[in-house]
Amino acid sequence: MTIALQFTNVTVTDVDESIAFYRDALGLEVQNDVSSGEHRWVTLGTPAQPGLGIVLSEPHAGRSQADGDAMQELLTKGVLPMLVFNTDDLDATFETVRASGAEVLQEPIDMGWGQRDCAFRDPSGNMVRIAQARAV
Amino acid sequence: MSPQEIENLAHLRRARDLIDRDYAKPLDVPTMAAKAFMSPAHFSRRFRAAYGETPYSYLMTRRIERAMALLRAGTTVTDACMAVGCTSLGSFSSRFAEIVGETPSSYRSRAHDAVRAMPTCVAKAHTRPVKGGSSRNREVRENTAA
Repeated sequence: MTIALQFTNVTVTDVDESIAFYRDALGLEVQNDVSSGEHRWVTLGTPAQPGLGIVLSEPHAGRSQADGDAMQELLTKGVLPMLVFNTDDLDATFETVRASGAEVLQEPIDMGWGQRDCAFRDPSGNMVRIAQARAV
Repeated sequence: MSPQEIENLAHLRRARDLIDRDYAKPLDVPTMAAKAFMSPAHFSRRFRAAYGETPYSYLMTRRIERAMALLRAGTTVTDACMAVGCTSLGSFSSRFAEIVGETPSSYRSRAHDAVRAMPTCVAKAHTRPVKGGSSRNREVRENTAA
């Protein structure tokens, strides 16, 4: 028996604005784009991890007005859980994402426990950390 | 939320990120407020409404949390005070005692095995001091109970 992560959801204020960050800056590929009513669910992924989809949707997608409002506030305040990627070339990835105009939270630095990483905000306020993949 | 409300809240978030990032610099409320494009008084009110404490209190909590990490690693109290952006050892020590519940030297001299076992990012969230001795600061609570 095996188990693996298939989808993870990221709540964003504006799906189109977020595609520019996740696809054009981070380099993910759009795998699916589904609309229902006034909402969209856009799935992105990377060939480095086939089978894993990162699904972008808006706070009110599939939620009541009150719940969507609560999500929107937490999202914009920047207190929703972070997303952590890793890359085999942290400095190059950092420069690409910074050049896209993304908000930099932390330049690449060595963390105390042996990891080297950097951090951005996505356009909605989610914290996105990017770590240097450890040499195997 | 209207687009304008979202934009204002995003400004507050950027000011909070500035505090988290530049806590060791001589930050003052007018500088933080400028980051949020607000007057200092309006900024302080809005920040407190959003994050539950004033910007200055948030800055000092951040500094004390970083100082706790340095003290756990064996840095002297004076060096930790200066490293986190506090210029007066007296006010640093009293602020530390007020929100952590013990003096910096007492905190520095005792064991921190549980915290040392955590990844730094977990320790940062877990040991973040809360004014008034909230149950969130479990390390302090357990050690004062013992």
